[in-house]
Amino acid sequence: MSGAVSTRKLAVQLAIWALLALAPYWMPSLGGYTALGTRVLVLALAAMSVNFLLGFTGVLSFGHAAYFGLGAYGAGLALKFLAPSTPLALVCGMLLGGLVGAALGWVIARRRGVYFAMVTIAIGQVFYYIAFQWSSLTGGDDGLRGFSRQPLDFGLFSIDILSNANAFYYFVLVCFALIVAIMGFILRSPFGRTLIAIRENERRARFLGIPVDRHIWIAFTLSCFFMGFAGALYALVNNFADPRGLHYSQSGDFVMMAVMGGMRNFWGPLLGAAVFVVLQDYLSSVTVNWMSGVGVLFVLIVLFFPRGLLGFVKRKSEA
Amino acid sequence: MTQLLLFNVTNGLIIGAFYALMALGLSLILNLSNVINFAHGGFLVIGGYIAYTITPYVGFWGALLIAPVLTAVIGFAVEAVLIRPLYGRDPLYSLLMTFGLAFIIEDGTRFIWGAQGKPVTIPPFLARPLSHEFFFITGYRLFMVATVTIAVGLIFTLLRYTRLGIRIRAATLDLETVAAMGVNVRMLRSLNFAGGIYLAGLAGALAAGQLGLEPTMGTGLLMPSFIAIIIGGVGSLTGTLIGGLLIGVASGVTAVFAPAASEAVMYVLMAVILLARPRGLLGEEGMMT
Repeated sequence: MSGAVSTRKLAVQLAIWALLALAPYWMPSLGGYTALGTRVLVLALAAMSVNFLLGFTGVLSFGHAAYFGLGAYGAGLALKFLAPSTPLALVCGMLLGGLVGAALGWVIARRRGVYFAMVTIAIGQVFYYIAFQWSSLTGGDDGLRGFSRQPLDFGLFSIDILSNANAFYYFVLVCFALIVAIMGFILRSPFGRTLIAIRENERRARFLGIPVDRHIWIAFTLSCFFMGFAGALYALVNNFADPRGLHYSQSGDFVMMAVMGGMRNFWGPLLGAAVFVVLQDYLSSVTVNWMSGVGVLFVLIVLFFPRGLLGFVKRKSEA
Repeated sequence: MTQLLLFNVTNGLIIGAFYALMALGLSLILNLSNVINFAHGGFLVIGGYIAYTITPYVGFWGALLIAPVLTAVIGFAVEAVLIRPLYGRDPLYSLLMTFGLAFIIEDGTRFIWGAQGKPVTIPPFLARPLSHEFFFITGYRLFMVATVTIAVGLIFTLLRYTRLGIRIRAATLDLETVAAMGVNVRMLRSLNFAGGIYLAGLAGALAAGQLGLEPTMGTGLLMPSFIAIIIGGVGSLTGTLIGGLLIGVASGVTAVFAPAASEAVMYVLMAVILLARPRGLLGEEGMMT
């Protein structure tokens, strides 16, 4: 990699983090509000977790909302029944999403292409169904209520993230940065390079002696851990866990965020999530037919921007 | 008890026939074009509403004949304009496309026909129960099962004996070779897609008489159809048929003993199949990978 390119990459990275860090200050002037920024961060983390599989391993999971939802319920249940501690809730959510993902991934990882997608959808719906039916534990259709995020206690001082929107935004940003750093580190490691090799040419990777199924299983599991963490954060954002968060249409939204931003780019899903959330927020405030708005968006992106916004920009600048 | 069991088995068979009809259409499209059609439930709803709209003009029987054809025509157009450009690309894109279409169709039907459910009248002689003892078997239910049987029989005959059917089966196995032999593969895929949508439209027109019409009804029928395909084995239409009937009857029987678990049993069946026989009941080795 030449010096100029890596300098440019560094500059882009710095710009992204600066934008995120200053969001509570520049967003209100554009008509946004801090809570919207927090939602973007959490959903972007989820979309990046999906893209860890889709963009960098080359397999399409269309049921990842299940692990997102499991994370949310894990966090909610931990806060409600175990102990009123925010970090514990995050860990519980992440473990629930990740461990279930690890167990199921073992069955799923042997499939490819559309069949991979189909099996992930059907298995994901199982958890939607459970969350919907097991009302005594999950609250059923009404969702899980009766918990709220707790102040962060550092012994000497504590930070109130419940009522202070900015403090909560920065808490989420730190969590986001942590997971994104881990993701980036994995993708840069030899293991991550192997995943990209599998994406590019699975058969050749197999000939090289790479245990492809096992790699896909590990990638799936990691992605579910990230997803569970994002879901746990989402439960903290809303102080609420919704069964519809496990539905396959939510999975579709995550995949769309990744594709819309640009799934071959590490930061694509962040851009996609930002555009998606803001657009949905706007559409649902101006029309009851926001569903067709989102549907038309899907159709247009697939037909005209299959490489996503970043891919489009990149191609324009290269042409 | 016996009567209750019989009642639920019949119920299950009828629901299963629906699932099978949906799943067969999905399967046809999936096998030949590698497209998971999320909008399939949407096309079912379109079929139902078209039947509802034209019934006052052409009557019940006319609607049953015409509505699925009109739905298939819509399907043909959708395939030609929106789905055909995506065949060369990653299956991800056709999936997102049909996913978006499902949104548009659901919202569109709500916009045109309203969110309220619509009652559909069926001919009086079909609405009567067969006998006092078998009060639950109305003529319409028998008629539905008969129609599904005929439709499925026709599809299988078409695929088995006609030139079009043979080409579709050949192209499912090896699209390139069939194209190289001079078959217009684009047309083949379009016709096949329209055929799948025809089945969805027929299911919609039939469902209208039994379940009534709601814009969201398609979404609820989509997931059982996926499960039917996974259980039956991807690539096998007979498997899909068996899968649909199986989950219908299984949920019917479960409803006798544990009503709350009647839907769960589908997922349990799927889990058992995925663990014990990953390729499905009649799936070919290697089709699922």
